[in-house]
Amino acid sequence: MAKNFSEMTWKEFGLAFMVTNPGCSAEYRTGDWRSQRPIADKSKCIKCGVCYLSCPDGAINLAADGTYDFDYDHCKGCGICATECWTGCISMVEEEN
Amino acid sequence: MAKKIGIEVSLAISEAVKLADVDAIAAYPITPQTHIVEHLSELVADGDLNAEFIPVESEHSAMSVCAGTSAAGARTYTATSSQGLALMNEILFIIPALRLPVVMTLANRSLSGPISIWNDHSDLMSVRDTGWISIFAENGQEAFDLTLQSFKIAEDHRVMLPINVNIDGFTLSHVIEPHEFLSQEEVDSFLPPYDPPLQLNPDKPVSMGMVGIPEIYFEAKKAQDVALIESKAVIKEVFQEFGEKFGRTYNVIESYRAEDAETLLLTMGSIGETAMEAIDIMKDEQGKKVGLLRLRLWRPFPVDELRELVKGIKTLAVIDRAVSFGGTGAPVGGEIRSALYSTEDRPYVASFIAGLGGRDVTIKDFMDMVNLAEKMETEQEVHEYKMIGVRE
Repeated sequence: MAKNFSEMTWKEFGLAFMVTNPGCSAEYRTGDWRSQRPIADKSKCIKCGVCYLSCPDGAINLAADGTYDFDYDHCKGCGICATECWTGCISMVEEEN
Repeated sequence: MAKKIGIEVSLAISEAVKLADVDAIAAYPITPQTHIVEHLSELVADGDLNAEFIPVESEHSAMSVCAGTSAAGARTYTATSSQGLALMNEILFIIPALRLPVVMTLANRSLSGPISIWNDHSDLMSVRDTGWISIFAENGQEAFDLTLQSFKIAEDHRVMLPINVNIDGFTLSHVIEPHEFLSQEEVDSFLPPYDPPLQLNPDKPVSMGMVGIPEIYFEAKKAQDVALIESKAVIKEVFQEFGEKFGRTYNVIESYRAEDAETLLLTMGSIGETAMEAIDIMKDEQGKKVGLLRLRLWRPFPVDELRELVKGIKTLAVIDRAVSFGGTGAPVGGEIRSALYSTEDRPYVASFIAGLGGRDVTIKDFMDMVNLAEKMETEQEVHEYKMIGVRE
């Protein structure tokens, strides 16, 4: 985790506040505004990967057994994976908090 | 001394841009800037300048392309005037925020309406707070020299800010003047190739123009403001180096016959030439204790230099060429009052607006303004600004 922005002075940011380590948003938990989370009934999964391909945020990862896991630190809960899943193994459930 | 060449000021600026060996030009033609970019497009088409000339459908696009080419590490140039500058407005704020060293010639022209193609400074004043360095040229030679110096200032890693070089539309842009050109070897010895500290490059990617959430935006603006203020030291350094190399030394405020003056005129741009003639007549034929300050650097405003130059002066008459409608002062006059307010023994500041929309400002006008300013000083007249030369 990079240093918290809100603690940095104006002198500590680089030229024009450019980000010189692209992809660093992965260091931040950007999934915390999610209101619904996807869950999977893996018994129905045919390992087609359509969820992985359709996720707009790269928040679905290939698991060792060929199925897919959700990265809840970065998933925004958009529900596209649940809509696209051919076998209906993904469903959206309310976040409790 | 190099040979002097009689050439239109617009073309001399184009030649300076060619000598600076720019990589990219994106521009849209608008009177009175047209000849500058027209000539540059010819230089590129004829193979005399190895640069991308990118024709665009509007000034908004021109400045957007400049942001892209400069971000990619290309030495980038554009030029515009008046309505064109107004159309660029949105992107004008982005360029300094991204710290991109774009150089732009601004052939100053009044803003509509009424529709006017003629000269005043209302276009620049409408973008005063965009964060660009603003420099004024008074004649063709200055325009040529300052164009070359601007690339060096803008691209200095301590600066990394865009610059607009202001030349009065028609009064300078369309006039043929003698210019002392520099050779390519001389320019190369002064201006190194652009070495961007960060650029859009797939081999070493960066992200530019990120969102500024409330925890960041304020710090970003502070950093930008400090960068602009601190650029003054580099501007003075480059002016000095240019003077040592080529014999023409520039100052952030030029002073003319001000040694024993009690009253000073202050101008920006080409009317300074007429003002100098007025000063000569008043000093030599009328024995008046007058002098002239010509403000070259508008942003960052040279506060310290101004305070030093007006020490012991009784009356300072500031001549603006734009209106801040309904404001407490004209742009330059108000700025100068503000700069001097906290100083001891400050001069009386008379703020005049003259020469709007191409109206001539004559030698007699300057003499009248000196006399009026002195009368106002004697009476300690309270005023915001007075328009000179308008029919009452």
